[in-house]
Amino acid sequence: MPHVRFRLNGVETDVEADPDRSLLDILRGDLHMTGPHFGCGVNECGACNVMVDDHAVASCDTPLWSVAGKEIVTPEGLGTAGRPHPLQRAFIAEQALQCGYCVSGILMSAAALLKRNPKPTAAEVKAALDRNLCRCGSHNRMVRAVLRAAAELEAP
Amino acid sequence: MTEPPPAPKLPVSLAANPKLSSWIRFSTEGHVTISPGKVEIGQGIVTALAQIAADELDVDIGRVQLVRASTAASPNEGVTSGSLSVQQSGRAIRQVCAEVRQIFLGVASDRLGVGIEALDVKDGTISGPGNIRTSYWELAEEVSLERDAIPGAIPKPSAQRVLAGSSVQRVDIPDKVFAHPRFIHDSALPGTLHGRVLRPELYGAKLVALREDAARGIAGFVNIVRDGNFVGVVSETEHSALTTLGALRKGAAWSSGETLPDEDGLAEWLKAQPVESTLIDRKTASRANEKTRTIRRQYTRPYIAHASIAPSCAMAQWTQDRVRVWTHSQGVYLLRTDLALVLNLPIENITVEHLEGAGCYGHNAADDVALDAVLLAKAAGGRPVRVQWSREDEMSHGPFGAAMAIEVEADLDAHGEILDWRHSIWSNGHAARPGRAALPALLAGTELANPFPRTISANPPQANGGGGDRNSIPLYDFPAWQIESHRLLTMPIRTSALRTLGAQGNIFAIESFLDELAAERGEDPVALRLRHLRDERARDVIRSVARRANWKPQKQSGTGYGIGFGRYKNTGAYCAVIAEIEGAQDISVRRLTIAVDVGEAINPDGVINQIEGGAIQATSWVLKERVRFDRQRITSNTWTGYPILRFSEVPDVDVELIQRPECDSVGAGEAAHGPVTAAIANAVFDALGVRVRNLPITRDSLIASMELTA
Ligand code: FES
Ligand code: FES
Repeated sequence: MPHVRFRLNGVETDVEADPDRSLLDILRGDLHMTGPHFGCGVNECGACNVMVDDHAVASCDTPLWSVAGKEIVTPEGLGTAGRPHPLQRAFIAEQALQCGYCVSGILMSAAALLKRNPKPTAAEVKAALDRNLCRCGSHNRMVRAVLRAAAELEAP
Repeated sequence: MTEPPPAPKLPVSLAANPKLSSWIRFSTEGHVTISPGKVEIGQGIVTALAQIAADELDVDIGRVQLVRASTAASPNEGVTSGSLSVQQSGRAIRQVCAEVRQIFLGVASDRLGVGIEALDVKDGTISGPGNIRTSYWELAEEVSLERDAIPGAIPKPSAQRVLAGSSVQRVDIPDKVFAHPRFIHDSALPGTLHGRVLRPELYGAKLVALREDAARGIAGFVNIVRDGNFVGVVSETEHSALTTLGALRKGAAWSSGETLPDEDGLAEWLKAQPVESTLIDRKTASRANEKTRTIRRQYTRPYIAHASIAPSCAMAQWTQDRVRVWTHSQGVYLLRTDLALVLNLPIENITVEHLEGAGCYGHNAADDVALDAVLLAKAAGGRPVRVQWSREDEMSHGPFGAAMAIEVEADLDAHGEILDWRHSIWSNGHAARPGRAALPALLAGTELANPFPRTISANPPQANGGGGDRNSIPLYDFPAWQIESHRLLTMPIRTSALRTLGAQGNIFAIESFLDELAAERGEDPVALRLRHLRDERARDVIRSVARRANWKPQKQSGTGYGIGFGRYKNTGAYCAVIAEIEGAQDISVRRLTIAVDVGEAINPDGVINQIEGGAIQATSWVLKERVRFDRQRITSNTWTGYPILRFSEVPDVDVELIQRPECDSVGAGEAAHGPVTAAIANAVFDALGVRVRNLPITRDSLIASMELTA
């Protein structure tokens, strides 16, 4: 089996696996990272989103070979309870979820948005999250949380 | 002569599970563990219950730990559904804590030598005059809670509760935001194998032949389980399980399936089926001679999918003839009952434990996948097996919310006032949950070589809120009515409990029809409702929402406003909604203004969160959702085939919570669906003059309704 190397949450990672397998399968199955969630497997729900070189992508639809040499961030790499990312703090402050299954993917889409657009409008947040599905109807709180995080990031 | 006060009674859940130790334990290290029978399904129940316990015991909420339901230890509280969690579990826990607090105070009073009335509790420390003190934790080993609750302990009056009524942050949210494994999907046991089940594409097809050789050759292959039409694989990894399943699918030959109804003629089909008819309610008056005309309308809603964002998942592990099951089922005891029936095992041999899943919104495939895991784990040599359904199976083999056809008819007098009202419902039953009948209700049970018959869905009794008939009895003071429910005795498409059961359809019908009558009379729809309502809490939510939305705002072209109201189950939460919509061909809902009364709201932000979520989900049902099928298969088995509302389509939702600390708490999760549905439909009429009576309100249904109007 070929080796594929990439950086995962800041750590050099080397995986020996069939390069056609999906990144989601590698992350969950081989690397035991359960942050990215399976929802559909065909790039229709966003539950599995991760960041690849600062872009949110559906890891279920991303073959392993395509991330060789790239920088991958999963929800685990966003922040920790001790050192939370502003988005994580904001999602707690806004109580921006119900079941929360969709949240890990939504945090990834939001984090990618804030990298390319640190001061988004509500409409821009909605557009950035439009490929992420939430069945519980927590959308408005999530939009508020992203705007709150953006404001916090901007504050000196 | 005054009546003697009624003898105190225990709350239902506690009466059924009176042993105090099954609800609560104290540790010497300063923790109190609460063990409810209800489960977290994203509604924030664990937080609300922790608030209640902390309040009643006078301990810091940080000391309260909640354990997940398990048949090994938890009280049996049936199913977590029907917006009853706070009502049932909350009341029981409040009562338990009130009694336990008294028990501790009694022991403390003996030990400290002062009367109970001189003692005070602060964060678990019990103190009295002259700095004498002890604590729950110090007394934990001395006080035995191995005794039954006795009616009579009196919980604190609402004014003395500190946490109830405050928006405490939910305890489960940090884990979910920091991606700590908390969902069953993420909880691996050591040595876990992965299973997948092969299900037919055609509804009800039988497996005719199966070639296994290719599947057996795949790396990581462990086993194939076949029992009649039930076929599954067990593999070392999830990847291997999926590959093996693919190979098995290629090697499978299926018979043709069963015929499904015509999706474009659902109302006619529903009304042509054999049914069991029930008279739900009748009220008579003798003014029939004033009748000048009769108006009749028919409203329909399609089958609706639960469509959880996470496909259902379960784990199981056998040790000889005992099996342990991990599930996100809403009822661990009920699932155990059905597993015992299918496996023909005594229930003591089965332990069912809850782990959180994604939102389920009713009876989805959670229970089905648990049986799948149990059957596959038999072939795993004692190792645990984790099974997860595919998106396609989740959207086609799990139960759906039942389609409904509802006829409403009113006799009117010369002034257009209602004299008599008739409401008839045709629908499959809305409940086929496991653990309720003599036969199991789990999918794989119907696939075995010795199959169990498919359960035809039933309706819960009126006393529990009813099923297809839920919310069909008007809350308005019409002089006479007759309500009938016709439950189908055939069930080509599998149905079971989906949020609100029949209430969404019935409230849509009643509130649309009232709007039609108001429009005919030229009367303001808010005024018409208020004129027919006597219940002050009902009038309050309507007046509040009207005030909040500045009813009725000046109309601009292309926009419309509509109102909808309901009291969930006629006994639960009051909810009134004003929808603002815009559009001509494609409707978008801009804003939903909502007033809600759930009695005492233990966690106000939690209630608002649930109302917002319910309102957005209902908007999705109304604008988008309809299970699609041809005559042989469910075709809406992907998110493309079954679209739901997206971020860019979500309305603003503005909720006013009317706090009533003196009234019992009722659930909020299902209060908004019916009123939101009606409010949107009524707003569409306001904007376009088109009455859509068949959900969902899509471009196609608008055109069809326009043609009808023309
Ligand atoms: S699981 Fe990847 S988009 Fe749905
Ligand atoms: S919070 Fe449940 S799916 Fe989004």
